[in-house]
Amino acid sequence: MPDHLSALQLILSGDPALLAIVRLSLGVSLAAVALASAIGMPLGALLALTHFRGRAVLVVLLNAMMGLPPVVVGLALYLLLSRAGPLGELGILFTPTAMVIAQTVLIVPIIAALTRQTVEDLWVEYHDELRAMNVGALGRMTTLLWDARFSLLTALLAGFGRAAAEVGAVMIVGGNIAGFTRTMTTTVALETSKGNLPLAMGVGAILIVIVLAINAAAWGTRVWSQRVTG
Amino acid sequence: MGHARLVAAGDGVTMRAPISDLPMVLEDVSLRRGAAAILDRISLTITPGPPTLLIGPNGSGKTSLLRLCMGLVTPTGGRISWGGRSDPAPTRRAFVFQRPVMLRRTAAANVTYALAQAGAPHAQRTGRAAALLERVGLADLAHRPARLLSGGEQQRLALARALARDPELLLLDEPTANLDPAATRAVEEIVTSAAQSGIKIVMASHDLGQVRRLAGEVVFLARGTLCERARASEFLDHPATPEAQAFLRGDLVI
Repeated sequence: MPDHLSALQLILSGDPALLAIVRLSLGVSLAAVALASAIGMPLGALLALTHFRGRAVLVVLLNAMMGLPPVVVGLALYLLLSRAGPLGELGILFTPTAMVIAQTVLIVPIIAALTRQTVEDLWVEYHDELRAMNVGALGRMTTLLWDARFSLLTALLAGFGRAAAEVGAVMIVGGNIAGFTRTMTTTVALETSKGNLPLAMGVGAILIVIVLAINAAAWGTRVWSQRVTG
Repeated sequence: MGHARLVAAGDGVTMRAPISDLPMVLEDVSLRRGAAAILDRISLTITPGPPTLLIGPNGSGKTSLLRLCMGLVTPTGGRISWGGRSDPAPTRRAFVFQRPVMLRRTAAANVTYALAQAGAPHAQRTGRAAALLERVGLADLAHRPARLLSGGEQQRLALARALARDPELLLLDEPTANLDPAATRAVEEIVTSAAQSGIKIVMASHDLGQVRRLAGEVVFLARGTLCERARASEFLDHPATPEAQAFLRGDLVI
């Protein structure tokens, strides 16, 4: 099985081009997770704690947006960021920045929707106690987000998994430029279509191992935290 | 203490600033869920003094009455005022639930949280939290995660959190219902010392022994109505209403 062997060799030899691709992929996806958390978590908590007309519609919409097709998000951003588009002057199309934005758009709904559910469940438990302590609206949000911190890890993981695995959005707004905007997923797509299966398989394997390692670390954190904080 | 006082016509003494939650006045307060009356036209004035124990059979409305007193539920009829104000925001009152919710932090952090919510200056919180934990006998467990404490310890922590609000009025909903005798004694000692420090206690209980140990006066509820209010010894020895007589005999009051 020479294909397998060469994939393994690529990994073991620490090919610099391959390492750059891995680094960019992780950098883009982690930045997107950070950005999407900063937006999605307060948004989800706000939605969990407020009542207004049309809230149910918004919740359903948000849940549905968890399934946004990456290529559609990529296309929409492409139209916004292209030279002729309304944000064309920024000149960020085909840069890692555009890729971070695309993945952020993609996973904000995931993080917000999962946060809303988690915070809403915890609010049922905390409701009376926080009201008896006269905790204001902002305090309720921050308290519930903080006390749900280990459950919210799951939301982060879901977001990261989605960001790291998608290919459509980064392909369209990043342009898959070698050494600049080429990620693991776009590499797999490109190398497969070129027939260079060893490299495609090697990169695919690395992607899976990384996702596995991050999930294992998060799972460990959660188990540990439950033992430590109850 | 020592603040300007002003006698309002009719309903007793009203304190002028700083903001006070006493007297708490319930006028014809009712609470209905659909067709069922949970509480029916209850009038009650709570002023500073020895502990008031709220007793009555299960389902008589003790918990609902306490929640109304805290402002956690709005009555469907009648009026409640705290220190003359009808705004239900709890300023100088605190609540201890039958099953308190522990924040997912350490015991000390639970108390500093309550202090922060009560507006204690940042610099004082750590010191005051330590003093409060000492007061409830949890100084050794300050850095233990609150949710890993035993039931009795959690209830004492809930008391520390409530005392952190520097309350004039402390409402407790059967705080010892799930506790063993040793833990019950610890909680009762804290409640007694709080009462001695001038905090008005209003506490629901189903335990007549506890009523004997703690009560200054008794408010007896049955079927959502206030049947009787009397000094504890008087109530225990000479209950006036047939419902109270039956309850003290150990009959089921339906």
